[in-house]
Amino acid sequence: MRTIIDKIWDAHVVSAPPGAPSLLYIDLHLVHEVTSPQAFDGLRARKIRVRRPDRTVATVDHSIPTTPRHLPIADAVAARQVAQLEANCREFGIPCAGRGQPDQGIVHVIGPERGLTQPGLTIVCGDSHTATHGAFGALAFGIGTSEVEMVLASQCLLQHRPKTLRITVAGRLGPGVSAKDLALAIIATIGVGGGTGHVIEYAGGAVRALSMEQRMTLCNMSIEAGARAGLVEPDDTTFEYLAGRPAAPAGEAWDAAVRRWRALATDDGARFDRQVALDGAALSPMITFGTNPGMAIPIDAVVPAPSSAAAPADRQALERALDYMGLEAGRPLLGTPVDVVFIGSCTNGRTSDLRDAAAIFRGRRVAAGVRAMVVPGSALVKREAEAEGLDQVFLAAGAEWREPGCSMCIAMNGDQLRPGQRAVSTSNRNFEGRQGPGGRTFLASPATAAAAAVTGAVSDPRRLS
Amino acid sequence: MSATREPITRFEGPAVAIARDNIDTDQIIPARFLKTTTRAGLGANLFADWRRDAEGTPRAGFILNRPEAAGARVLVAGWNFGCGSSREHAPWALVDFGFRAILAGSFADIFRQNALKNGLLPIALPADIHGPLVAHVAIRPGAVVGVDLVRRTVRLPDGREAAFEVDAFARECLLAGVDEIGYVLAQEAAIARFEAMR
Ligand code: SF4
Repeated sequence: MRTIIDKIWDAHVVSAPPGAPSLLYIDLHLVHEVTSPQAFDGLRARKIRVRRPDRTVATVDHSIPTTPRHLPIADAVAARQVAQLEANCREFGIPCAGRGQPDQGIVHVIGPERGLTQPGLTIVCGDSHTATHGAFGALAFGIGTSEVEMVLASQCLLQHRPKTLRITVAGRLGPGVSAKDLALAIIATIGVGGGTGHVIEYAGGAVRALSMEQRMTLCNMSIEAGARAGLVEPDDTTFEYLAGRPAAPAGEAWDAAVRRWRALATDDGARFDRQVALDGAALSPMITFGTNPGMAIPIDAVVPAPSSAAAPADRQALERALDYMGLEAGRPLLGTPVDVVFIGSCTNGRTSDLRDAAAIFRGRRVAAGVRAMVVPGSALVKREAEAEGLDQVFLAAGAEWREPGCSMCIAMNGDQLRPGQRAVSTSNRNFEGRQGPGGRTFLASPATAAAAAVTGAVSDPRRLS
Repeated sequence: MSATREPITRFEGPAVAIARDNIDTDQIIPARFLKTTTRAGLGANLFADWRRDAEGTPRAGFILNRPEAAGARVLVAGWNFGCGSSREHAPWALVDFGFRAILAGSFADIFRQNALKNGLLPIALPADIHGPLVAHVAIRPGAVVGVDLVRRTVRLPDGREAAFEVDAFARECLLAGVDEIGYVLAQEAAIARFEAMR
């Protein structure tokens, strides 16, 4: 009796010498401009080629501006980095979705939308949110640049078998409660280091009921709980999403694939190293108040008092966080004024996320003094949203509709907060300075972010829909 | 396994402490410094936003700006060090600054891997050793700490020794100066067999 994690692991072990990590075969390697240049330099120094360019896919997302594509990249350093990726891909024969290409986008958005991300695969990328791909029942995790070089060189990684953690969410999420809220609730429950050393399997009725996009949001945030990977076993929802995608199997190969994929499910009675249970029906929309994703509370709760923390270190961390965020303990977050709203990222930059946001924006205006940016996760998401007229909803409300990329999620492309500004963001990290030095980030769902945009303050989206 | 890197066995040096838990890699090296295409020179921006304010003026209170931090080899920190982004720029920046070991309560998975691959030792200490060490070094920056990878021990400023655990394979690679990519490339036959089998 094995878990889905064990099954995928076992099927990819090339060798397992005693006393050493296993050599794990990697099916799909995604590459972007920020964590790859030094790895390609390494290949050149060793005078070797990329072993499997056919299992490698590149795009630009992190450092590109989200301004109209005919404009050049104004930041010379970023421009050089992007040009470097394109040159490396040419030299080593790797397909690259460059800036302005119809298939460009955030690396974790384009894998699934092209059908490259499939159940049972091992997927890596020099990016910690690679966990996103686990939504399809793949074992997907982030790696560093030395490991990027190792995978380019050998299509393999040295890995120790991870421990397993099953998080079971019973019931159904209530109206206005999204996968993002569930992810934040989980991180608040187990802590930002709670999943360290583990791969998470998300299970239970509330997870089964999620769409593929929502499962991606949930798995995406696994790393914020310290887990390198998180996954959901594949089911009809998965197969429906994948059918007909460009890189998905077709015809007889499709039927065979679905049979294989169904067999991946965790066997009854399989053992996990750890189990956690949550009641999905009890959850509210969540929002972060502090400087890591575990500092999250229900949107109508009050800011926790540092004195409520048991350990002195936690007390100090809370004090520091409240000081950085400019918040007072014991006061509600609702009504806190915001300067910027960011809707996008690999967490919540897919078409369904934009639909959730548009439902709030429709017929309303962005509040005076608030800057609202909507950044599609990929060129395809942008086309889909425009075909549905979502762009017109955002523009009519007074929000910006931008070109695809990571944008203000990581703030290395010029899209950023000014010191002291408050932003409600649908991205995944509220670390100090993550969205610009001195910037203050409140992580939330697309609906909650949109509600903040139209009211000018932290607001409960359930009161607006 | 052939040696291609400088082997690491034992060293000692001044330690400084940042007594905080969950120090994320965005703090260690903020994203705006990731546009580089090399590994070099990142130490100048290690903990950039804790070292300097928005105008670029050094924050006098921050430990890395104090004279005792000059020549520091060991960084002592709280729990879950290196969480967040997978950027290997974090260990590159720490190494470029001069650090050779991080002594913490625990480490985030990706950071630990990245550190080991750059000869930066991520040493997780048991709570009863870690807590007092953080407190000691916070008050006495520059206190000398020794690290012995052969015996898997650290020598604390008061002269006591404490054992630590480290991944056996990573330790062997560090002791012998083995390049892990070379080790994997030497298994080409097994990789090709695996591919042919599927
Ligand atoms: S959107 Fe943010 S989290 Fe996702 S890949 Fe880009 S920078 Fe990383």
